[in-house]
Amino acid sequence: MSATALEVSGVSKRYEIGHLAKADTLVETLAGGLGALRRRLRGRRLQREEFWALRDVGFSVETGEIVGIVGRNGAGKSTLLKILSRITEPTTGRISLHGRVASLLEVGTGFHPELSGRENIFLNGAILGMSRAEIRRKFDEIVAFSEVERFIDTPVKRYSSGMYVRLAFSVAAHLDPEILIVDEVLAVGDASFQRKCLGKVRDVSRGGRTALLVSHNLGVISSLCNRCVWLDQGRLNAVGGAGEIVRRYLAFTEFPQDGRLELAAIERPAPHAERLRITAAEWLDSPALVQGRDSRLRIHFEARQEVSEASLAVGFSRPDGTRLLTYETDYTNRQTPRLRAGQRGWVEFTLPSVPLSADTYLLDLGAKSGLFHDLDYLPGCAQVEIRPGPDTHPRIVKQGWSVRLDAAVRWGEGGAA
Amino acid sequence: MDVSVSPAQASSAPAAATGLVIEAGRAERHYWRDLWRYRELLGFLAWRDVKVRYKQAVLGVAWAFIQPALTTAIFVFVFRHLAKLPDGGVPYPLIVLSGVMAWQLFASSLSGTSGSLVGNSSLISKVYFPRLLVPLSSLAVSLVDFSVVLAFFLGLSLWFGHWPSWHWLALPLFMAMALGAAFGLGLWFTALTVKYRDFRFLVPFLLQIGIFVSPVGYRADFFPQWRHLFALNPMTGIIDGFRWSLLGGQHALSPVALLVSLALIAITITGGLWFFRRTERKFADVI
Repeated sequence: MSATALEVSGVSKRYEIGHLAKADTLVETLAGGLGALRRRLRGRRLQREEFWALRDVGFSVETGEIVGIVGRNGAGKSTLLKILSRITEPTTGRISLHGRVASLLEVGTGFHPELSGRENIFLNGAILGMSRAEIRRKFDEIVAFSEVERFIDTPVKRYSSGMYVRLAFSVAAHLDPEILIVDEVLAVGDASFQRKCLGKVRDVSRGGRTALLVSHNLGVISSLCNRCVWLDQGRLNAVGGAGEIVRRYLAFTEFPQDGRLELAAIERPAPHAERLRITAAEWLDSPALVQGRDSRLRIHFEARQEVSEASLAVGFSRPDGTRLLTYETDYTNRQTPRLRAGQRGWVEFTLPSVPLSADTYLLDLGAKSGLFHDLDYLPGCAQVEIRPGPDTHPRIVKQGWSVRLDAAVRWGEGGAA
Repeated sequence: MDVSVSPAQASSAPAAATGLVIEAGRAERHYWRDLWRYRELLGFLAWRDVKVRYKQAVLGVAWAFIQPALTTAIFVFVFRHLAKLPDGGVPYPLIVLSGVMAWQLFASSLSGTSGSLVGNSSLISKVYFPRLLVPLSSLAVSLVDFSVVLAFFLGLSLWFGHWPSWHWLALPLFMAMALGAAFGLGLWFTALTVKYRDFRFLVPFLLQIGIFVSPVGYRADFFPQWRHLFALNPMTGIIDGFRWSLLGGQHALSPVALLVSLALIAITITGGLWFFRRTERKFADVI
């Protein structure tokens, strides 16, 4: 079936920053109005600062497709999803949707901390657009999926952040829309729960339904999506096959020139970055890694609450998200410090000649408490280039994301015994 | 899980119907239909507010009657014992409590409605639904509180030997007027609060003054020389109505005050709806 599920044409969205940001109380508006009046009397015009979050964006999605949206922060991805979800109106343009739409811009929208898990399932389900009968029918399934059966009658304010997120995602996962719109919420919970979540999205397209998803995790985009939309500064840069667009997007994204990566502003799905936030990272030697040489990476963090057994990690992944190497502080030197609330600090990794072939990789940064409790996770938050060094053998310069490792080798003579 | 969506299921669900078009200024068309579709959500939001209201309060729902009971006690002391205002043969506590009930239904609905959008800002910036549901659902809490006080009034009335009369049947009408007045004004305030948080300070202040300006602690029908001035306040007609019905007709109904109330309620609701609908599409951008 190849009917059009969704068609976006000429959509623009304008925000007026000057007026929204500055005049938030009546007095300020009145004062601003007086100022404007004075300027007008003097023959000058008030300059309104406009900001186009989206400019003339158009594309269409066929029924049964999963389409990813990529772009840097501020490219207009979230604004586009908000318009598609009818939360805000476009300034110009037109969108036609053929089918029942459900959008998931946040996990646990409308959850009330005082209500029990059971009550929140009904409330959240209704907010996401399910009918009471539908929620009742799927209730057991939702509870089973969330793995919080034992605490279903406990107020969710007593839940751990992991339980909270699992329950919230489970409600959302049981929506049955014809068009599903998802913003950066798939990477929640531990690894096995994440696999379950991704499986749910795959089911959507198998059921002949359509999905539109934003993610910073390019691995998720290229493995889940058929096609991909690339936004840049509010404009449509390219539409095409997911693999191709992700490759082009990666090639386009600039390498950090001074080796410093600002990460504080990147949005993470809750509960990530609530207790501990990775704020920045920097390559101390050079932004590109050279084979045969040590490279130092310093990761800056800020603990918002007390954290026990903290450890940080850095990983290298292929552009499709497959992790190749991981370095973790608790594995490397077995130190797992306790961090005070409000404590800022850094960890410096010295990576001895990263054993990867010369190519471009994605850098994953993460923090956890104890063995399993995720604190923050930034998959593919930056690119990193590994260059051949002076000692690199010319024949193994380019091997395509393979790992080079040393092994003891002996040579012998003669046939098999 | 592979429950396929049949067309019948899709149309019964409260989400967008097939063939939805989003354009600037187009939300208008689906609005009233959507409001009906989302009626279950209205119920859930109201249920949430009621359920959460007295959580973790030791005295719980007792708070719903402690406040009016104390206000009544103080007003009886001030207006009856200090100011020696006439009671017309009705126990003064009943006069005051019936006024306090009307006032409280209005006041708690108004402050609930006025704060409702900002109180639900996380919903408004993340999910679509007709925004009118938010102020509407906030009325439920006031009604629950009101029913507690009504039961208290009934007890007090019986204790004074006053049996409910047929006049009680008219009470829902006057309740609707109090809710209507609060809702109409609340629509203005809540939409304005989205952009100008000043109104958060204005509403409690207005309510504080209002309780003295309105005939809550005294009988308006015993001051014929002030009648017309009283009638300018829409709450006069409503409070008169509450007393007339709860005191079994032992309080005069003033047709002028009632008409003024009805007219003002109609104007504020119409204007409020117009203003709310006009500003609604910007809520998510501004809140």
